[in-house]
Amino acid sequence: MIAHLVRSMLQGALVILTVGLIAFSMFRFVGDPVATLAGQEATDADRAELTERLGLNDPFPVQFARFLGHAAQGDFGISYRQARPVADLLAERLPATLELAVLSALFAFVFGVVFGVYAAINRRGVVANAIMVVSLIGVSLPTFLIGIGLIYLFAVTLGWLPSFGRGDVVRIGWWTTGLLTESGRKSLVLPVLTLGFFQLTLIMRLVRAEMLETLRAEYVRFARARGLPERRILFRHALRNTMIPVITIVGLQLGSVIAFAIVTESVFQWPGLGALFVNAVQFVDIPVMAAYLMFVAFVFAVVNFMTDLVYVTIDPRLKS
Amino acid sequence: MVSQSGNEAGGPAGTGWLARAWDSDVGYSFRTSPVAIGAAFVSGLIILATVFANVITPQNPFDAATLNLMDGFTPPGEAGAGSGMTFGLGADSQGRDVYSAILYGTRVSLLIGFASTVFSLVFGVTLGLVAGYVGGRIEALIMRIADIQLSFPAILVALLVFGVARGLMPPSLHEQMTFAVMTIAIGLSNWAQYARTVRASTMVEKRKEYVDAARVIGLRPFPVMIRHVLPNVAGPVLVIATINLALAILEEATLSFLGVGMPPTQPSLGTLIRIGQQFLFSGEWWILLFPSLALVILALAINLFGDWLRDALNPKLR
Amino acid sequence: MIHHPMKSGGVSHRSVIHMRHGRFALALSAALLLATVAADARPLKWARSGDSLTLDPHAQNEGPTHALAHHFYEPLIHRDFQGKEVAALAVSWKITDDPAIWEFKLRPNVKFHNGNAFDADDVVFSLDRARQPTSDMKGAITSIESVTKVDPLTVLIKTRGPNPLLPNTLTDIFIMDKEWSETNKVQKPQDFKNKEENFAVRNANGTGAFQLVSREPDVKTVMKRNDSYWGIGQFPMQITELTYIPIKADATRLAALLSGEVDFVQDVPVQDIERLRGQQNLRVNVGPENRSIFFGMDVASADLKTDNVEGKNPFADKRVRQAMNMALNRQAIQRVAMRGQSLPAGMIAPSFVNGWSKELDAFPAGDVNAARKLLADAGYPNGFSITLHCPNDRYVNDEAICQAAVGMWGQIGVKVNLVSQSKSIHFPLIQKVPPETEFYMLGWGVPTFDSEYVFSFLYHSRADKYGSWNATRYANADADKMIESLSSEVDKAKRDATIAKLWTLFKEEVIYLPVHHQTLAYGMKSGFDIPVDVANQPKMKYVSFKTN
Repeated sequence: MIAHLVRSMLQGALVILTVGLIAFSMFRFVGDPVATLAGQEATDADRAELTERLGLNDPFPVQFARFLGHAAQGDFGISYRQARPVADLLAERLPATLELAVLSALFAFVFGVVFGVYAAINRRGVVANAIMVVSLIGVSLPTFLIGIGLIYLFAVTLGWLPSFGRGDVVRIGWWTTGLLTESGRKSLVLPVLTLGFFQLTLIMRLVRAEMLETLRAEYVRFARARGLPERRILFRHALRNTMIPVITIVGLQLGSVIAFAIVTESVFQWPGLGALFVNAVQFVDIPVMAAYLMFVAFVFAVVNFMTDLVYVTIDPRLKS
Repeated sequence: MVSQSGNEAGGPAGTGWLARAWDSDVGYSFRTSPVAIGAAFVSGLIILATVFANVITPQNPFDAATLNLMDGFTPPGEAGAGSGMTFGLGADSQGRDVYSAILYGTRVSLLIGFASTVFSLVFGVTLGLVAGYVGGRIEALIMRIADIQLSFPAILVALLVFGVARGLMPPSLHEQMTFAVMTIAIGLSNWAQYARTVRASTMVEKRKEYVDAARVIGLRPFPVMIRHVLPNVAGPVLVIATINLALAILEEATLSFLGVGMPPTQPSLGTLIRIGQQFLFSGEWWILLFPSLALVILALAINLFGDWLRDALNPKLR
Repeated sequence: MIHHPMKSGGVSHRSVIHMRHGRFALALSAALLLATVAADARPLKWARSGDSLTLDPHAQNEGPTHALAHHFYEPLIHRDFQGKEVAALAVSWKITDDPAIWEFKLRPNVKFHNGNAFDADDVVFSLDRARQPTSDMKGAITSIESVTKVDPLTVLIKTRGPNPLLPNTLTDIFIMDKEWSETNKVQKPQDFKNKEENFAVRNANGTGAFQLVSREPDVKTVMKRNDSYWGIGQFPMQITELTYIPIKADATRLAALLSGEVDFVQDVPVQDIERLRGQQNLRVNVGPENRSIFFGMDVASADLKTDNVEGKNPFADKRVRQAMNMALNRQAIQRVAMRGQSLPAGMIAPSFVNGWSKELDAFPAGDVNAARKLLADAGYPNGFSITLHCPNDRYVNDEAICQAAVGMWGQIGVKVNLVSQSKSIHFPLIQKVPPETEFYMLGWGVPTFDSEYVFSFLYHSRADKYGSWNATRYANADADKMIESLSSEVDKAKRDATIAKLWTLFKEEVIYLPVHHQTLAYGMKSGFDIPVDVANQPKMKYVSFKTN
C-alpha cells in the first residue's frame, strides 16, 4: 500500500515537473522578456544589463532550475498586463474559483449519484428515460449556452438570482468567502448549476452504467437467491462496488472542474482564476498563463494523490 | 479479429463494399436503430447543406460588401428595409441574413472540427504506433505526456496553445492565421485518447509471429505491422473520432464565444452566439436563438451517432 | 421609490468586511452587526463596460480613467454636469498685469485623504508632474511655461505668451500630494504605453469627495465618502459608499441593472434603451456627449505594412481618402448600428466646442459610384486591402460601427481586415512611437470646449508635447505653427479665424474620417436622477437620492 502511494506521489511530481518545463519554455521563448521589461527607450547597455540580471545568459537547465525554485516559493514573476506579482493575482482570485469548483463538484456528485442509481434501478421507467435524454442533451449543450439560458430565466425574467459576480464577500484572513452573506450565496447558485451540469450528466451516466453492470454480477444474483432484502443488496453491496470506479473518475474530474470554470467564470463575470486566465490569453500575458498552468498541474497532482488515498481505503484488495 | 480483417481484405470483390457493409453486423445494428438513422440523417443533411451553402443561401455573409446595413434587425420572415429581400430567419445587427450566416458559420465550425479531428487522429495514431512498437523510454515519455494531457481539459490546452501561438506570431498575422491556430489548438488538445488505444493494440501485435516472420524474410517489420494494426484499431479510432468531432465543434464554439476564436467578420457558430448574446434583452431573439439551436442540433446529432457507433462496435454489448 | 439597503435580507450592499484573524462565528456575527447599522448607509453601485486604465492621474488622458479619478483627485477647476466651470481647489483666478501670467487663489483648509494639508507646493508639484515626458496630460497644457508659488494659497502660472483660455485646460489636471508622491517615489507619471507600474497606479491620495477603499482591476473599485471633504454642505454628498464595477458584456451589464444588483449603468447598450424605458422602477436619461468618433489613417508613410499595395501608400493620395470618406454611409450607421442614438458628423468636435460650425460638420452623402471613380482616378480601380484596428469595449457599439464601415468600404472595392480588441491593447498601438497601426478607430472628447485641444492632440505633428494621439503621421509645419499660436492669441476674433482656417484645411485634406458625435444613455434605478454629463464624467458628489 505504501509503495502504491509513493508511486502515486512520484507520478504527481513528474507531472508538475513536465508541466513546469512547458510553462518555463513559454516564459522564456514566447515574446521577448527583455524587450517587455526594459521598455522602448532602453539602450543596448540597459538591455545587456537586464539580460545578465535576469540570468538569461545561463545554460538552459540552470535557468529551468531557477524557474522551478522561484515557482516553489510562489514567485511567478510580474504580470505583463497588470504589472503586479502574479502570485498576488492568483492568491486574490483563488478563493472565488475554489469555492465555485468545490460546490459544483459536490452538487454534481450528489445529484449525479442519486439520479444515476435511480435510472439504473428503474431502467424502464419514464423518469429514468427522461433523465437519460436530458443527460445526452447536457453533453451536447455548451456550458456558455447553459449559463446564458440560466441568466435569462432566473436573473432577468424571474429576477430571483443575481447575474454576475460574487455578491458580498466576507474576508477571513487572506481567504474570501461568499457563503456567509445572503447575496454571496445567491450569487453562487447559477454559476454552480452551470459548472456542475456537465459533470452531473457525466457522473450520472457513469453511475448508471456501473450499477447496471454490478447488478448483473454473480454475487448480486447470489444475494438475491439467498433472499437478502432488495434495499440491502442495492445500497450495501451494489452501490459500494459501483463507487470505486466512480470515485476515481470524479476525483480526476475535480481538476477539470477547476479548469472548466474558465467558461463559467467568463459568462458570470466571476472574479476567479479562470477569468484571469482568459484575459491573460487575450493579452498574451505569458507569466499569468504559465502560473495558471502550474497551478492546475499542482491541483491535478494533489487531487490524484487524494483519489489514490480514498481508493486504497475503499478497495480492500489494495490494503496490506 | 486479426484473421477476420485479413479475410476481408482478400475477400471476393463481387459485391460492392456498400452492400457488404449493409449486410454486416454493424449495418444490421444501424438498420434497426431509429436513433442512429435519425442522427446520421440530420448530420448528413447539415454537412451537405454547408457544403452547398453558397448555392442554397441568398447571401454570402462573409463578404461584407454584399451586406446592406439598412437590413439590420429585420425580424424573421420580413423584408429588409435596405435591400427589400426577405429574411426567413431574420437579419442580424449588420444586415446579415441569419440563415446564411448559420450555414456559413456551421461550415467554419465543421471545417475546424474536421481539420482538428484529423490532426489529432494522425498525431495520436502515429505517437501510439511509435510508443507501442519502440517501447522503452520513448514509450514512457509519450504515454506520460498523454496522461498529463488527458487530465487537462481540452479547453484549457486549446486556450494555452492559442495564447502561445499569438505570442509567437507578429500581430499583423493574427487574423489570417486564426483558422490554422484554432485547428492546431483544438487538435493538440485531443490526441491522447488515440495514442492510448493504438499503443495497446500495437503492443499486442508486436508479439505476434508474423512480425518475426516478416523480419526473417527480410521485410522491415514496422510497415508490415502498421498494415495489420491499423485495420484492427479502425473501429475504436472511428468511435473516438466521431465523439471528438462533436467535442471539437463545441470547443471551437466556446473559444469563439470567449472572444479568442473566429473574428466577427468571419463568424463561426460560436461567434454568432457571442454577437447574438448582446440582443438577449432587446427583443431581437432570432439573432441568438437560431445559431444556438443550430449548434445544439449539430452536436447532438453527432453525439448520438457516436454513441450508437460505440455500442455497435463494442463486441461486449452485442 | 426609495433605494432601500435593507432589501434582500439586509446584507445586500455590504462592503468587504476585513478580518485578519477571524473565525467563522466571528465573521458571522460581524456580518449581522453590520446589517443592523446599515440603515443609514447609502451605497451606489456604478457599472460601466470598461475599467479605468490606471489610478495614476496623469498617466492616461482617457475618459473612463478620468471619470474615476475625479472622485479621488480634484483639479483647480472642474466642470459640473452641464459643462459649466466650477471652482474646485482654486477659489478664484485672474490674469495679472502681465497678460502671460495667471494668478490662482487656492482653497484654504483642504486636506488630502491621508490628512496632509493642501497648499501651493502641491499645485506646483502636480502641474510640473503633469508636464513630465511620461505624462499623457502634457498635451493639454502645452501653453504652461512655469508654475511658481507666491504664498501657501497663491500660485502664478506663466504661459508662453498670453493665454486667455488657460483655465479651460486645467479641468482634468489633477492635484496630488507632493509629500505623499515623494514618499512613494511617484514624482513621475507611470509610463503607461510601456507597461510600467508605480505606487500611484493602485493607490490614490487626493482631496476628492471619495476615498479609495480597495481596488481590483477589472473586478471592482470600492470608495467611501470623504467625511472631511471641503465641499460638505455645498454638494449633496449623499452617497456613503461608491462601488465601481466594470461589466464588459452588454447583456450581463443590463441584467445587473434589471435585477437590481447595480444602481447605475453609465453605458446602456443602445438596443436596450426602449426596454429600460418600459420598466417602472428604472429611469433612462439620454443626452449628447462632448465626443466624436472617427477613423484615422496613415497619410504620410511611404509604404504601408498591412496593405497589399507594393511600395506605395494608398492613403497618401487625397482622392483615396475622399473615396473612403464618401463610401461611409453615416445615416445608415446612425439608423441601424446606433438605433438613432448619435449625430452623424463631418468634423471631430461636437457643437459645444468653440470652432464648430454647421458647414464644417457637414459630410458627404454615401455615394458608392463617385467613390469608385475617385479610387480609379487614384490608380486603384480594383481597390486594395488594409487592416483596421478597432476597440471593442470603449465607445458605444464601437465594434459594430467598424464592422458596418468595413462593409461600406467593401462596396467600393477596399477590402478591410478588421482587428477588434480591448482598449488596453488598442490604445498603445496609437500612442507608441512610431504608431503600430495604419488605420484605426478613435473617439475624442473636448474637455476644454475649444478646438485647440483637438488640434494639439490629433492634428499637430507628433513632437514633444504635441500630437501624442496623432497616429496619422500627418505633419504640416504651417499648420503646426498656427496651432501653437492659438495658446497665446489674446484677440478672440483673430484666434477664431485661425481655428476656422485650420478646420477648413484639415477637412479639405481629409486627414480623418469623422463618423458621428456620440450620444449617451444612462440607466439607473428610479431612486436617482443622474443627468447625462456632457463629458461623460458624472461626479457622484452631485448625486442625491430622491425620497419618492
